[in-house]
Amino acid sequence: MKPLRIHGLTKEYRTGFSCRSVMALDHLNLEIEEGEVFGFLGHNGAGKTTAIKLLMGFVYPTAGEAWILDRSIRDVGVKQYIGFLPESPFFYEYLTAEEFLLFYGQLFGMGGLRLAKKIDELLELVSMTDARHRPLRKFSKGMLQRIGIAQALINDPKLVILDEPMSGLDPIGRRDVRDIILRLKQEGKTIFFSSHILPDVEMICDRVGILVKGRLKAVGTVQEIAGASSVTSIELVVEGLSEGALAGVEGLDTTLIRRGDHVLIKLDDEARVNGLLEQILKHKGRVVSLLPHKRSLEDLFLTESGMNRT
Amino acid sequence: MKRIVVIALNTFKENLRDKILFNLVFFGLMLIGSSVLLGSLTIGEQAKLMKDLGLASINIFGVLIAVFVGIGLVSKEIEKRTIYSIIAKPIPRYQFLLGRYSGLALTLSVNIAIMAVGFALVLLLGSVSLDIGLMKAIGLIFLELLLIVAVAVMFSTFTTPTLSATFTLAIYVIGHLTGDLKAFGDKLENPLVSGVLNVLYYALPNLANFNVKSEAAHGIPISGNYLLVTVSYGVAYAASVMVAACMIFQRRDFK
Repeated sequence: MKPLRIHGLTKEYRTGFSCRSVMALDHLNLEIEEGEVFGFLGHNGAGKTTAIKLLMGFVYPTAGEAWILDRSIRDVGVKQYIGFLPESPFFYEYLTAEEFLLFYGQLFGMGGLRLAKKIDELLELVSMTDARHRPLRKFSKGMLQRIGIAQALINDPKLVILDEPMSGLDPIGRRDVRDIILRLKQEGKTIFFSSHILPDVEMICDRVGILVKGRLKAVGTVQEIAGASSVTSIELVVEGLSEGALAGVEGLDTTLIRRGDHVLIKLDDEARVNGLLEQILKHKGRVVSLLPHKRSLEDLFLTESGMNRT
Repeated sequence: MKRIVVIALNTFKENLRDKILFNLVFFGLMLIGSSVLLGSLTIGEQAKLMKDLGLASINIFGVLIAVFVGIGLVSKEIEKRTIYSIIAKPIPRYQFLLGRYSGLALTLSVNIAIMAVGFALVLLLGSVSLDIGLMKAIGLIFLELLLIVAVAVMFSTFTTPTLSATFTLAIYVIGHLTGDLKAFGDKLENPLVSGVLNVLYYALPNLANFNVKSEAAHGIPISGNYLLVTVSYGVAYAASVMVAACMIFQRRDFK
């Protein structure tokens, strides 16, 4: 039983009174494995939020279908097993943190001691025990995000869907969210989240999918997508090489940049690095540093989304 | 059912914390001020005027709350995007709508109950006798409010708060004049226009039915039969409007 299966999910919005339509999501096919952290990437307007809105039943698909835990997303009952955090969460600001969690717990049909215990646990998890009697209107953005995550977990969900959980947060806030996601993974939950903060995604995701203009361009582990040989270039800093020796090195299809005693050598082909090192040692040069540049998710993202201008 | 109650109680809490019951202060001031003023202005008719004025105030404050809070019940949730976190829970959309509606109905009933008690106290202090007709009049005002809230909710499921307020107020005003629509239509010779007016007469709520304020103020008895028919009409109308609202709400996208 897959936590999430999406088949040909499509959403077309009509704009205003004109008959023009915008394809927000174009035949999305995707399967999420149990217990994995899946990062859904795409720039603003790529269709990430539309996909999530379709899954949560906020908008209806133009075509296609999706199943959560083998039940159609049209079945309201399946939401019993989902935890959801909306993008830049807006909540009832007149409620205190505790009342807020109580309200959402009751919507799941929970109550009594079980709910009270769960609320204590969650406030602890998101480090908000001190703020339990404070109204949400006095919360900072980071606090709102954390209490938002707490409400998403009130029902002990099997699948957690988070829409941009790290956007607008400071580095500490982002780290907190990252830690919470990893903890949920340890508990065996499946996490599906959208983001455009790539280093975070790279750090915590088992697999990622890249969405461009409503279409899924790539899906797989970061390594798979980036390619087996993900080293794109190598930079060496050397010292003590004579001009004659440098001329020899230059012949090896490299780029040289002189910085005083140091010379920065850039090599585009990883296979030639041994030959280059031999040359340097032969001419009594000293290697100060050697830095392989890997193809990061960011490069990949830019290439896939057709925005790479380099 | 349990979830409707949870949403209703949360809505009631929201109304209280938005200080909606503050209107009671103005109601009280108006009631006391006017009775003092009228006491010195009128001779003999004081009791009738006090009853008239009290019932009218209850009506006006009720309508204001019903329209302006009613239109926000759904549209505010969509605008503030609080609706996302609710729809994400295992609660059908119609239950959410009914919960919001019931919450405001609860607020209105508490509000009206307090106003009614205040009204009764002012009458007693002015040595005016209370009678059951006043209770009936207040009951029908409440029923009218329930109908107006349903209309406000229906409009706010598909249009902006400003338009919802405009439409709802328009329905309220026209609803009190539908009798004139029919009378006017009957006098016209053009069958098309009179047909349209007739359709409007039956389609729009006949709110004049709920207005027994002058009867109550003049001590004219309101029959049980009239009450029964009017209550059935009000409940049926409000229920149909809510069914329409649920159907619209069920189909719409929350972009």
